[in-house]
Amino acid sequence: MLDLSQYESLGAALRSAIERWAEEVCLIESDREQERCRLTYRQFGDAALRVAAGLQENGFAPGDRAAILMSNQSKWLISAYAVFFCGGVLVPLDYKLTPGEHLALLAHSKSRVLIVEYPIWRALSQSDFSATRLETTLVTEAPAGADLAGAKRWEEFRGEGASEFRSRKRQDAACIVYSSGTGGRPKGCVLTHENYLEQCAAVFPLWPFWPGARYLSIIPTNHAIDFMGGFVMPFTGGGAVVHLRTLRPEYIREAFTRYKITYMAVVPLILKNLERGLRERFAALSPIKRRLLNALVHVNRVATRRRPRLQLSRVLLKDVHQAFGGELRALLVGGAFTEPKTLEFFHDLGIQIANGYGCTEACTAITVNDMKPFRPDTLGKPVTGMQLRIINPGTDGVGEVAVRSKTVMSHYLDDPGLTAETIVDGWLLTGDLGKIDASGHLQLLGRKKNMIVTAEGENIYPEDIENVFESLPVKEFCVFAANYLWPQRTMTGEQLVLVVHADPTQNANGAIRGELERRNQRLLPYKRVSGYILWSEDFPRTASLKIKRSILAEQIGRQLDRSAVQPL
Amino acid sequence: MKTLEQTTEEILGLAARHFKIPREELAPSDDFYKKLKIDSLRALELITRLEHHFGIELPDYEVQGVTDFRTLASRIQARL
Repeated sequence: MLDLSQYESLGAALRSAIERWAEEVCLIESDREQERCRLTYRQFGDAALRVAAGLQENGFAPGDRAAILMSNQSKWLISAYAVFFCGGVLVPLDYKLTPGEHLALLAHSKSRVLIVEYPIWRALSQSDFSATRLETTLVTEAPAGADLAGAKRWEEFRGEGASEFRSRKRQDAACIVYSSGTGGRPKGCVLTHENYLEQCAAVFPLWPFWPGARYLSIIPTNHAIDFMGGFVMPFTGGGAVVHLRTLRPEYIREAFTRYKITYMAVVPLILKNLERGLRERFAALSPIKRRLLNALVHVNRVATRRRPRLQLSRVLLKDVHQAFGGELRALLVGGAFTEPKTLEFFHDLGIQIANGYGCTEACTAITVNDMKPFRPDTLGKPVTGMQLRIINPGTDGVGEVAVRSKTVMSHYLDDPGLTAETIVDGWLLTGDLGKIDASGHLQLLGRKKNMIVTAEGENIYPEDIENVFESLPVKEFCVFAANYLWPQRTMTGEQLVLVVHADPTQNANGAIRGELERRNQRLLPYKRVSGYILWSEDFPRTASLKIKRSILAEQIGRQLDRSAVQPL
Repeated sequence: MKTLEQTTEEILGLAARHFKIPREELAPSDDFYKKLKIDSLRALELITRLEHHFGIELPDYEVQGVTDFRTLASRIQARL
């Protein structure tokens, strides 16, 4: 691994990696049964420097921002390195958002450059870009003859001369990552080069990379986990990243064996899917084979209780490990809470699930379960360099989780008010409720903030989806996380609830219900509200007529219970 | 060449068989996530099944954000 303490920026560290492992493979891209490309570090560097030269000739200067709007693929990482080489700030955007949401974040981030895949550009190019500061748009994989609406082809983009490496300081911004705010107040986390270098140095010893180690990248690369696990970590260790252009479960399964994957980051939904597939296969075994499997699982469980013993597990449960390619070291699970019984299922098979707790504001991982011993009931202990504290704990020790470390973001972009509320005296207030047990393990037991996290790892804030209910024929409405109204000590199955204050003369359960269903359908499935409640009092509001959400939530929680929610 | 109606009908039939629910309970305008009670990964299973049936390839971006049978049918129809 590179000694990251020697580097001032991600760009400088990546440049060293390219020199050091020039002839090693760093990227493999596959589409269904066909491999599309395989690049060495040298080829990766050459491709990126061509783009960097073009960007510099188009006036892209250190500190300027460049947004990336692509699914997981090789050009994502090539473009990112080109931006860092120029001293630019990367703005990784979620390709699953709508064109309107993309436009809002492009405007908010003041990006001068956009690097975008053709299918996304086809929809986005119809937009009015007057609120943005875009000067250069590069489109990847555009078909021959396609009208690019003034954008340039990524594949043909290059400069006349050579590109020039522009150095940055550790405290300079490396990325602006949006953790929410597509519908209202954007939360653009400004993460510095130091944040990333420190985070990588802290977690690399837990999941090391080396030439030949391979990471399968399926979580969107704009997500902090994939950016770290599927870019910064493998590249600083000489490893390789495998991208799949089709994320169907059968192709993911095939990639494990074809590419002998070492690590993959997943969200709980994918882990559950893998568990379901394995359980179905076990159920189809003959009674004798199933008894044998159960016996081997039992032996493995006992043998790995105090610490993982990967080689032993690979021998004992050879067929299971072969299905994962035989080289898998760990599945990194993140983005949302994983149920302990799922963790136990994989642990019993000797497949390590690196479970932990983190957030974008702290540059990915805060705590990690080291499995020494295996504790499915906790999120592990703080990673190196991370200080953890519980603020205002109750008699049961539960309070808000706060973090202090060199990985905590600099600030929220252009929002000093929100930054001051979130980072207090150097401590990042996470908005999550938890406690630290006697052995230093963190347990999460709910949220203080009004939001939910889905099994797909998506953070949904009520303010971001309320616009779909605008101009409803009711007096007023508001969306809440159900657990914000009725606190529960759980982090799974979280749902959103719409609160409707209708005129007493309105038939709220008749005409309005149909309208609510129609509006709800406009949202992507994971963003929908699960039901609605009828409220008969005026919402408390500030002088500027903003809803006082916490007071309203308290009133609702006091007067109604969960049975008042009518499912949609 | 199939009509859009025929394509839609075949999709509804396949979805009903794959997820073992009566065909008459499905309509073209239905949201398949809600009606079939499936998550995004199970939806991808259905897409793969449909690709095999129609002998086409649907890139992931073509089905991104599609939630109802009718829109899905039009995306498939465009590739027949």
